[in-house]
Amino acid sequence: MSEYLLTKQQLMVKELTHKIAEEQIKPIAAEIDEKEIFPRESIDVLARAGILGCPYPEELGGSGMDFLSFVLAIEEIAKVCGSTASIVCTHAGVSMYCIELFGTKEQKERYMPLMAQGHLMGFALTEANAGSDSSGMLTTAVKDGSNYIINGAKMFISSAPANDFNIVVAVTGKNAKGRPEFTAFIIDKDTPGFSVGKPVNKLGIRGSLTAELIFEDCVVSETQVLGTIGKGMKVALASLDAGRICMGTQALGIAQGAIDETIQYVNERVQFRKRISQFQNTQFTLADLQTKVDAGRMLLWRAAKLKDMGKPFGTEAAMGKLYNSDLAMETTVKCLQFFGGYGYTKEYPIERMLRDAKITQIYEGTNEIQKMVIGRAVGLN
Amino acid sequence: MRIFVCVKQVPDTSGKVAVNDNGTLNRASMSTIINPDDMNAVEAALHLKDETGCQVTAVTMGPPPAEEMLRELFAMGVDDGILITAREFGGSDTFATSQIIAAAISHAGLEEEDLIFCGRQAIDGDTAQVGPQIAEKLNIPQVTYAAQIDKNGRDIIVKRMLEDGYYMIEVQTPCLITCIGELNVPRYQTVVGIRHCYEKNVVIYDFEALKAEPLIEPDTIGLKGSPTNIFKSFTPPQKGKVEMLSGADKNTTNLLVEKLRNRHVI
Amino acid sequence: MSYNSADVSSFKDIWVFCEQRDGMLMETDFELLSEGRKLAHERGAQLVGLLLGENVKGLVKELGGYGADRVIVCDDPRLKIYTTDAYTKVICDAVMERKPEVLLLGASNIGRDLGPRCAARLHTGLTADCTHLDIEMTKYVEFLKEASTLDTEAIGFDMQDVNLKMTRPAFGGHLMATIICPRFRPCMSTVRPGVLKKDDFDRAKSEACVMEIYPVKLTESDLKTKVLRTVKETRELVDLLGAEVVVAVGRGISKDIEKGISLAKELADALGGGVLGASRAVIDSGWLSADHQVGQTGKTVRSRIYVALGISGAIQHVSGMQNAEHIIAINKSETAPIFDVATYGITGDLFKVVPLMIESLKEAN
Repeated sequence: MSEYLLTKQQLMVKELTHKIAEEQIKPIAAEIDEKEIFPRESIDVLARAGILGCPYPEELGGSGMDFLSFVLAIEEIAKVCGSTASIVCTHAGVSMYCIELFGTKEQKERYMPLMAQGHLMGFALTEANAGSDSSGMLTTAVKDGSNYIINGAKMFISSAPANDFNIVVAVTGKNAKGRPEFTAFIIDKDTPGFSVGKPVNKLGIRGSLTAELIFEDCVVSETQVLGTIGKGMKVALASLDAGRICMGTQALGIAQGAIDETIQYVNERVQFRKRISQFQNTQFTLADLQTKVDAGRMLLWRAAKLKDMGKPFGTEAAMGKLYNSDLAMETTVKCLQFFGGYGYTKEYPIERMLRDAKITQIYEGTNEIQKMVIGRAVGLN
Repeated sequence: MRIFVCVKQVPDTSGKVAVNDNGTLNRASMSTIINPDDMNAVEAALHLKDETGCQVTAVTMGPPPAEEMLRELFAMGVDDGILITAREFGGSDTFATSQIIAAAISHAGLEEEDLIFCGRQAIDGDTAQVGPQIAEKLNIPQVTYAAQIDKNGRDIIVKRMLEDGYYMIEVQTPCLITCIGELNVPRYQTVVGIRHCYEKNVVIYDFEALKAEPLIEPDTIGLKGSPTNIFKSFTPPQKGKVEMLSGADKNTTNLLVEKLRNRHVI
Repeated sequence: MSYNSADVSSFKDIWVFCEQRDGMLMETDFELLSEGRKLAHERGAQLVGLLLGENVKGLVKELGGYGADRVIVCDDPRLKIYTTDAYTKVICDAVMERKPEVLLLGASNIGRDLGPRCAARLHTGLTADCTHLDIEMTKYVEFLKEASTLDTEAIGFDMQDVNLKMTRPAFGGHLMATIICPRFRPCMSTVRPGVLKKDDFDRAKSEACVMEIYPVKLTESDLKTKVLRTVKETRELVDLLGAEVVVAVGRGISKDIEKGISLAKELADALGGGVLGASRAVIDSGWLSADHQVGQTGKTVRSRIYVALGISGAIQHVSGMQNAEHIIAINKSETAPIFDVATYGITGDLFKVVPLMIESLKEAN
């Protein structure tokens, strides 16, 4: 009954999102996965309900609620559709957070209300040779009067074809030690020299169309610099902290959604003249899984609560993301087994949940990176 | 202009329905929802509010926790609420209920320009009676089964559905309209609405508040004022045990039809 | 006028509001009269039809044929098309003067608009959407034995009770309630269409039926709504979710797909109109379009009647239909899992059984 830990209004946000998830998102989840369709209408419904802008100030077009409420909303979405949850996490959990944190007054006033209304902003850090290790980054931004000229390409950008704007991190120089210096830019989709590649064919979260961003002498005004010149890594790292709570919650939601589907199934399915819910193996496995999922939820609520209190939460976010993403894999694999042959088919959503779970161990910093972060925090040299 | 929307908190019968040994509903074990048709009435009112900026007041009768339901509606955009709650009102049938709600609306003040919206019927009773009976008690016209409502000043045009077609009906305010699912799709709450829903006002009408109203008399309210009583309530024979009808001939199908008839299925 | 609804003993006779649309009587009128006939017999009272409309006198004999001893006709151009205001006024005038003990209406969209308004004006109770009516207690107890889980022997019934006992489903049929209106008259009830049995037309009764013209007293101030226009449309039901009756087909129709589907449709019609459903096998084979699919990947139905024809009952189908109120399964294999969730089962070839069932239904009507 961890609901008692929440305020009435936090619960109302959770219930509102649950309703939208059940009515709008769940019915199309299988189709957007199968056909790789971007769930535009679902995003618009979430925007209108104020869920995208949930944790941001009302004067910037947000809803003025706390981050924990937003976490509750993400879980509800992820329970029924990993793709939609992923889109919401990147846009509202990562990009909006960066604009709120690093944007100038003008940038915030221009972008935040639009973003709350569902004009999506992507976050572009990864490149072909710069995954976990960003020192291999090749995209450059060269100063040209009051503009920057950007050249290069960014890979695996979530919602790329649907994004109206992107935050792009590029190399703008070298420091005294010869290491590259990075700067973050906000780039509108109709900027000359900017284009989007063809979506890649993925294992999971197939409704969140992922593609390459290409910059060919793309001219961007210096007013589009986000944060301080040369301090782009700060933007990236901050984005990762908030992002990890969100992606961890996405994983949590997938795990909880898998358990919910499984409970429904084992209560109906009869083998050997018994409902399979009556077998001890079923009871023990699901009891274990639900206990772990509850523990995972508490890790994320702790990180969100710290963030709402204005305290450091990076390590707690990394733990939440690490634990819940591994748990999402464990849960979906074990749950699918209860469905037997049916679980292996697209008749039931459990195979999609399994595929959607995998990305949560990889993006927003692989789990190996999370362990490095946590390792440093516990005092390992 | 003000729109009163009558709403009811009902047990959620879409899931498992719990029944006590004596054949009554085990309400305590069931979650409650806002009656679905009432949500169409709320949306119809909010739609008119979007167009005209009018005030939308939700009215409900029930135990004190029903206030939470009114807050839910505030999160959608409803402006304020009236909660009618008193021991004296308990046990009311549709006749007595409509008497009390009509008294409450009178007490709040029904003006020339005002409207009353209700859902067609509640899923716990399925009677569809309270709406028309409120209209009768207030001596205002009613239009039931509304699938479309257009307002032009005091003139209201309603598309009123029948089983085999529809009527277009013209009526003037003040009037009462009962709404069906086809009328609209109720909007979602907003997170901003949720944030502010405890700042909006719920007025409590208890027996003291309403007793001076002419419609409120001891023999027209509560259990004592209800013309109808439940004589017996019971559960139909358990479903789930299949009754196999042997043979695949005309006698078998005749027997099947007879059984369906006896159980009032057809 | 000395009208006091609490003066119970001053009321007598059974009245049926006979609804007409465009000068055509409704099936429900005949069902109500047939039932009203029995109630009148139990009370030793007259059965009176109440007919409102314009130029409707010609319908009286038809009402007589289904049991009306007398028909009160209110004939007026302002009653041609139903309006709440005019009908309520005219009916309440007649009731206040003549004081019937019972007033039955069909639970149509009109009856459910009119009934509550009249009951409120007459200061009496109304029970909506009834499926069963009794006056004599012995008959009511017999009914309970059949239709309830109550131990009727253990309950002390007052066998002298002459209140109309109106039984109706509540909470989507999970519960049944019998309602009485002991302190006021008339006892009013709207009755669900298609539920009560219609008697055969009786020519002698038709001839014997008495027509009484009742004066219509309407003034302009009584009429507050205006019907601008009326539109007829028969809506085709393709909505599985809202359907009252679903007839679904499965792989069992493979022998003759077209015939199987047309039989299912005919059966749906014979059950009063319904929607065609299907198992996934039927959709995957392309025999029907995907919007007919019931089950895990299709729709979840909660219909009053669900007929499963040649459907084995795989779990992903059952999860979409097990909450239907009454499930009738017809399957060749007696071990088909569909029988585990069915209310009634017949083991047999659907191509043989369904035509017989349609015949039985037609004969019963």
